[in-house]
Amino acid sequence: MLANAIIQIGLFTLLVTAISVPLGHYMARVFANEKTFLDPLLKPVERLIYRLGGVHPENEQTWVEYAVSMLLFSAAGMLLLYGLERLQGWLPLNPQAFGAVAPDLAFNTAASFTTNTNWQAYGGETTMSYLTQMAGLAFHNFVSAAAGIAIAIAVVRGFVRRNSKTIGNFWFDLTRATLWILLPVCVVMALALVWQGVPDNFAPYVRAKTVEGAVQTIAQGPVASQEAIKELGTNGGGFFNANSAHPYENPTPFSNLIELLAIFAIGAGLTHTFGKMVGDSKQGWALYGAMAILFLMGVAVCTWSEQSGNPMLARAGANEVASAAQSGGNMEGKEVRFGIVDSALWATVTTDTSCGAANSMHDSYTPLGGFIPLLDMQVGEIIFGGVGSGLYGMLVMAILAVFIAGLMVGRTPEYLGKKIEGREMKLAMLFILIFPLVILIPAGLAVVLPAGLAGVTNPGPHGFAQVLYAFTSASANNGSAFAGLNANTNFYNATLAFVMLAGRFLMKIPVLALAGSLAAKRSVPESAGTFPTNGAIFVILLIGVILIVAALTFFPADALGPIVEQLAMRHGHLY
Amino acid sequence: MRIWAAIRMTIVLTVLTGIAYPLAIAAAAHALFPRQAGGSLVTRGGTVVGSALIGQNFSDRRYFRGRPSAAGDKGYDAANSGGSNLGPTNKSLITAVAARVREVRERNPGVAGVPVDLVTASGSGLDPEISIAAADLQIPRVAKARGLDEDTVRKLVRANTEGRFLGLFGEPGVNVLMLNLALDRLRAGDRPAGS
Repeated sequence: MLANAIIQIGLFTLLVTAISVPLGHYMARVFANEKTFLDPLLKPVERLIYRLGGVHPENEQTWVEYAVSMLLFSAAGMLLLYGLERLQGWLPLNPQAFGAVAPDLAFNTAASFTTNTNWQAYGGETTMSYLTQMAGLAFHNFVSAAAGIAIAIAVVRGFVRRNSKTIGNFWFDLTRATLWILLPVCVVMALALVWQGVPDNFAPYVRAKTVEGAVQTIAQGPVASQEAIKELGTNGGGFFNANSAHPYENPTPFSNLIELLAIFAIGAGLTHTFGKMVGDSKQGWALYGAMAILFLMGVAVCTWSEQSGNPMLARAGANEVASAAQSGGNMEGKEVRFGIVDSALWATVTTDTSCGAANSMHDSYTPLGGFIPLLDMQVGEIIFGGVGSGLYGMLVMAILAVFIAGLMVGRTPEYLGKKIEGREMKLAMLFILIFPLVILIPAGLAVVLPAGLAGVTNPGPHGFAQVLYAFTSASANNGSAFAGLNANTNFYNATLAFVMLAGRFLMKIPVLALAGSLAAKRSVPESAGTFPTNGAIFVILLIGVILIVAALTFFPADALGPIVEQLAMRHGHLY
Repeated sequence: MRIWAAIRMTIVLTVLTGIAYPLAIAAAAHALFPRQAGGSLVTRGGTVVGSALIGQNFSDRRYFRGRPSAAGDKGYDAANSGGSNLGPTNKSLITAVAARVREVRERNPGVAGVPVDLVTASGSGLDPEISIAAADLQIPRVAKARGLDEDTVRKLVRANTEGRFLGLFGEPGVNVLMLNLALDRLRAGDRPAGS
């Protein structure tokens, strides 16, 4: 069993590493507007998009102009999605004749997909028409991911450029991320998924007469096209309610592997894009190393806890011991084809990034096993992270790390040749503080207000964990859930939508301001006193800073949820 | 001016990624893999009995049973997928599992430990598979109910077992629907005029 876990997780990590290097270098070429093998096919499309969109990609933008373009584009897309949801009853591609989505749910979903969160207070197959799924939701899967990548590239430009007022052009970055990175991978991946069994059609739901004579209605839809971008763009919004646990979204261990690799690919690749852009690949590897170590720590604990199982299930007569004939462990909420290892691996990967897709139900994890996804989000989705947002989040933590290192030796900190001064630290701290602020305050309110408590479905500390998980997931733009929480209420739809918007845009603005501030600086030459940020000591410092910030912020809340529940479970206490 | 650009770019990219891309994938999927694109449906005697990928309810003693399902009110509702979302220290979870263990033992006398997957709800509520251990446990009952020898049934179980991908990734499982259909075919082969 241990061998099985080590082989699967080890091979996965090797594959991610192998993919990330060429992908990272390719992305660096894409944003430097250098030649790529896809140019003959995509250049004409790119020109057409600029012409139809009425934008001028060669116009360099200041950070304010860049941010305004991004915000206006997000607002337009959010309104479009809201409109589609409300009007889907009158629009085509709606064979199940779903009516309008209720206003609060439509608003929540529009905020959710615009912010790359993909929190789902609805079940896909019972709520959304095929048109809403593809033109509304899948569109946002593409562009929210592309916008994330765009901002990460703009931030890296801030480090690279000297005495510059501008950080690039949003429309250029957005379009190239969509055309050169997301679309080509999705085409290949979607077809591979269909081959494995993921359906892709516009047929009405199938009425089957089962072997024992009952009627089984089987939901259909254009699943594969959405599934591919859902993972690659770290979106995570499932076509079906059960997300990637659903056999139509994720039918085989091979489809599972493809989807897992897609979730990590761009986030991991961007570290090397960063290394290439700053002209020192070891800088990229340092970030990659910190991310990989944090990932492996999380997945080890989660797998161990789920494999150890729930002692109360064993007492009830279930055999949880792993053997050649069964995976054993805590199988509540998990699929046989994934067993423990692929489920725990997925839970870690999907929360390290801002994906939030699920191939098992986190709500039914052992307390410690479910604590890992929560903790992954609480460190800020920077372990490979959301596409783009993972890199810029990690860069903010790197700035904090060099600042702390600077304080220790009494020297103005530098990172990549840029002096980190008061303004940069203020913006970095703003970024770091907004995140817990919009988690802890609303979560605290939700557990004292009747409207919040009404949604809780598990008793005891697990009920608190459901609420804490929901607001953490929303603020981190993850979208996974302790899904028992009944979140389709006015209270949760409104509060979570606000938290998602704050977690995305209130954090992107300081990070773009940081990019603008860095770009305007001159570069200081490296000296004997410069703290090297491309070696092992920096990696260790960075990991330490990340864990300390998360622990100081969230430990009191976590202690009331998963930590106390783990102790209760070990002592055989039920609620 | 900026607002106008944002709106125009939204429309252009919606047409590309939200309409052209999914339509192209659907067309290619239909041309290359028509069976999978259509949902891997399984027919018997001209009627659709289900999908090879989607589990369904079995209660008859002559059929292998799948896992408990939290999808819909009666389980295995393939238009309303989902798990139980019961937490690990929730009394309801533990009492439900204990009741399922008792039921499995009653239906399959002489069973010692009950494989955990057979008494816990899957994440999707539509898990088409059970573990090899959960299938092996049911072989004596099904063989007896059908008047078959256990080896014949065991062979069918093995034939409907999907191994790990490349022998490495995922876990082996037995597809319950395909196994039960194979059992019925066996019977039909024995008595061509029957059932």
